[in-house]
Amino acid sequence: MLKPNTHKGKLIVVEGIDGSGKSTQIDLLHRWLLSAGYSVYFSEWNSSEVVKSTTSEGKKKHLLSPTTFSLIHVTDFADRWENHILPLLKAGVIILADRYAFTAFARDVARGVDPQWIRDIYSFALQPDIVFYFRIPLDVAVERILSARAKLKYYEAGRDLGLSDDKVISFKLFQKMIMDEYEKMVGEFNFTIIDGELPLHVKQHQVRQIVQDALQGWQGLPTPKVN
Amino acid sequence: MQKVTYYGAGFPYIHIKELPGKLIVLEGTDGVGRSTQIQLLKKWIEEEGFGVSDTGLARSRLTQKGLDEAKAGHTLGPLTMSLFYATDFADRLENLIIPALEAGFYLLSDRYFYSIIARNVVRGVEPDWARKIYGFALKPDIILYLKADVNTILPRVVHGGGFNYWESGMDIRCADNLYDSFVIYQNKLIQQFDLIAEEYGFITIDATRSIQEVFQDLQKNIRPLFNKP
Repeated sequence: MLKPNTHKGKLIVVEGIDGSGKSTQIDLLHRWLLSAGYSVYFSEWNSSEVVKSTTSEGKKKHLLSPTTFSLIHVTDFADRWENHILPLLKAGVIILADRYAFTAFARDVARGVDPQWIRDIYSFALQPDIVFYFRIPLDVAVERILSARAKLKYYEAGRDLGLSDDKVISFKLFQKMIMDEYEKMVGEFNFTIIDGELPLHVKQHQVRQIVQDALQGWQGLPTPKVN
Repeated sequence: MQKVTYYGAGFPYIHIKELPGKLIVLEGTDGVGRSTQIQLLKKWIEEEGFGVSDTGLARSRLTQKGLDEAKAGHTLGPLTMSLFYATDFADRLENLIIPALEAGFYLLSDRYFYSIIARNVVRGVEPDWARKIYGFALKPDIILYLKADVNTILPRVVHGGGFNYWESGMDIRCADNLYDSFVIYQNKLIQQFDLIAEEYGFITIDATRSIQEVFQDLQKNIRPLFNKP
């Protein structure tokens, strides 16, 4: 349970395994909201400047354990939360987040940290107004990733878990574990499920419809007039 | 430590059979003489025939550089700071403290997570949340709390490098100048330590006395550990 968002702004997040198409969808949603004149702020997972060098060193040199992997990502999230997300939410901005606490609940628990511990740590985060969960069969997502990327990274493929010496097999097993954790959260965090296999524009139409309904009659922070 | 006990869920993915070493924690606010005492204790315990290793806050290989940079930039919010320190602590626990205890060493820890909680709470972080982060922490064999009032630590701080931005709580601007902010901030920390001391069963050592007197008091408390399995 996360506390509800009682601030003036709206919080909309996308979640799903790698290759589920969530980033493309939130990008299109972002452009649409901007063109409709809303004040929008986009926040991406793992993008805080403060912890950047630590995270990249840790990943490059394989220094991260499941616990420190988890803690460095929540540090990153906290920095974005304190400096951007929360103040802008209070100001009445629509926050779009590509991945949110649920990514940690899925991925870090798959890595072996205690599910209650990680939920307690993220308890400063608020329940988003909408959580879009892009559900997709494992094979489809894995195929998209393998064809689009030159190389699977160590932590991305879950190689630290020692699931398999083969990195593709390791990646698949790890993604399956993450997916299982996501599925457990559908009811717990009120996910809005989008079928990831639908054509791109059909998904976007559904996403916009749901967002439009949620914004009915709502007024956020005005955008300054240019002329 | 015979039995491996954690404050919460520990590290569910690590299976430790036993930790034959001893985890000794020295806690206390800035300027109470922790590092001097650690040096004396290290020498003494080694002379008693045991292997000794030591660690202290923000010294992990993973986070040291990043944490220093973040502190230099002065943009760390209280939640971010809490969690960055927790990352450092977890890294040292898994990669330094636990291996040393597995090898039968006496591990002298210059502060543990209690100091981090005290600092977090003074900065407005929810006390219960700050504690829950450390569900992965091992329970030490003994926690010795070097307690001194602000008047005692002032000369040591002034002669030992002067007032530091963070040790004076300037990030939360307790006052408009370093001296007043230091006094207010350190008093707030001591208040937190007193609460934490009771909650976590610290042994309080009067650190307003001479180095030698404090050292003898510490020895008296640590010596019984030598005969324990």
